[in-house]
Amino acid sequence: MAAKTSASFADPFIRIAVSLFEDLSRQTIALLGILLASLLIVPWLVNDYLLTVLIVVLYFAFTGQAWNIMMGFAGQLSLGHAIYVGLGAYIAAVLFARFGIAPWIGFLAVIPVAAACGATIGFLAFRFRVAGVYFAILTIAFAEFARIGFDHLDYVNASAGLFLPVAQYARNDLWHLRGNPTMFYYVILAAAAFAFVVCRALLKSRIGYFWLAIREDEQAARAAGIDTFRYKMAAVMISAVVTSFAGVFYAFFYNNLFPEQVFNISRSIEIILGPIIGGIGTLFGPILGAFVLTGLAELLNAAMAAIGFDLPGAKQVFYGICLLLVVVALPEGVWPWLARRIGVSGRRQ
Amino acid sequence: MTALLSLERVSKRFRGLLAVDGVSFAVSAGDLFAIIGPNGAGKTTLFNMIAGAIVPDQGSINFAGEPIGGLPADAVCRRGIARTFQIVRPFPALTVEDNVIIGALLHIRDVGKARARAGDILRSLDLFEQRNRIAATLTLPDRKRLEVARALATEPRLLLLDEVMAGLRPTESDRMVAILRSLNRDNGLTIVLIEHVMRAVMALASNVLVLDHGIAIAQGKPEAIVRDSAVVQSYLGAEPV
Repeated sequence: MAAKTSASFADPFIRIAVSLFEDLSRQTIALLGILLASLLIVPWLVNDYLLTVLIVVLYFAFTGQAWNIMMGFAGQLSLGHAIYVGLGAYIAAVLFARFGIAPWIGFLAVIPVAAACGATIGFLAFRFRVAGVYFAILTIAFAEFARIGFDHLDYVNASAGLFLPVAQYARNDLWHLRGNPTMFYYVILAAAAFAFVVCRALLKSRIGYFWLAIREDEQAARAAGIDTFRYKMAAVMISAVVTSFAGVFYAFFYNNLFPEQVFNISRSIEIILGPIIGGIGTLFGPILGAFVLTGLAELLNAAMAAIGFDLPGAKQVFYGICLLLVVVALPEGVWPWLARRIGVSGRRQ
Repeated sequence: MTALLSLERVSKRFRGLLAVDGVSFAVSAGDLFAIIGPNGAGKTTLFNMIAGAIVPDQGSINFAGEPIGGLPADAVCRRGIARTFQIVRPFPALTVEDNVIIGALLHIRDVGKARARAGDILRSLDLFEQRNRIAATLTLPDRKRLEVARALATEPRLLLLDEVMAGLRPTESDRMVAILRSLNRDNGLTIVLIEHVMRAVMALASNVLVLDHGIAIAQGKPEAIVRDSAVVQSYLGAEPV
């Protein structure tokens, strides 16, 4: 009797889990399994330096996935996603540093702020028909307002920066996000996996179809009865909230926040590089892009150290040339090309 | 008799050009109504006003007894008017099936049920075999049928077709005529179409409205329209007296 009750209680969850994976091909499931398994055992195999590199990779896989909701799914180009990272970072950090509030509770306070910020930008743009590159400029403007604003906000130490108390902890404290890189690694791995599953569920749902319609042809989408304002607003707000969690992680991983760094436009550009290189609008693209980009940067470091070449800025030049070659050779991104190579349907995966 | 769609002295001016000048007409439920006229007569402008893409300057548009003039395009579609575009615009990077699923999702919230519905519509328009192809790779006749399929998926009471025959070979346009006739007769769908292909108009339409320079110059049964001197003049020019 008890077993039957628990089975019926779990039933909807099982159905959701099955529906998430039922239409995946065997190759895709195998690929996902191998990827997840190797990521789970990695902390036992690598040193702390490499683990930190992997944390950065997963961080960009997560933010890339979040940005992709707006651009890849709904076709709205944001070049100011640093604003959501920064808001998440500052709010969670201040609540912890001043009131001792745990970051997970802090994130609950971040959610409405990030959603409201996304809604404000979205409302101004979509209500007054600011679209395309002008929309992108509006998102940059908001991120810059935030950077300058926080730079003068004494409550968060303005440009002097906000520091989280760093203490030596005998054990990992997941609730307060204080601990060693291995703990942070698993936190960001769980977040990236969660973002992947959420994005897949969104893409397969009614709202996902409507987003794709808006991305493809907004006027035709309206002619098909889609309230494009409403669904674009939803895309911006969901993307903002997901991105803001990356800010919470950022604050507690690095323990210091400077407006000049967190809200800087180069942060926004870093976020979008992964999905662009990996494949805009795909689910594996942001993950693959993050690996390719960070891997490339680390390889260049190692290669230049090995040959003893040490000219300032040379690394950035090589990095730029490599990105250029990837974009020219694979304009759709690395994932659609790779997917064809390994015989998986790359479309919408 | 109450009309499903009625326009009362509808006008639209673009700068100096009076594109549509006080046009009135009514389409009753179950009708297959054609709007013809030379290039630049204002046909597409008239369509865009009915479909909510353009706001009329003057006049009123009523659908199923309610004013719809000036409503946005998505609201008009939700009330039961679906349209196709003169220059086809399917969602290019999506599959044929996904294009139609998007239309079906307007009234069917469940994606699986919307896919089933899309399958039925694709079968009736001879597109089912191509359901997994990317829309941009289809031939023009197929893309035209895909637009009709997507519009039908929104479960309209009135279908607005903007030159769905243009660019089709005679056999292809005969196939389209058969499809539209079946939709009209078997499903009771009211259709208003803009058409240049007179062969199709004569075969299909129960009523014809002729526009010239934004003015409705004639209206009636197709057989009467082709003998109307004003219509002949607008198409062929006035005979020297």
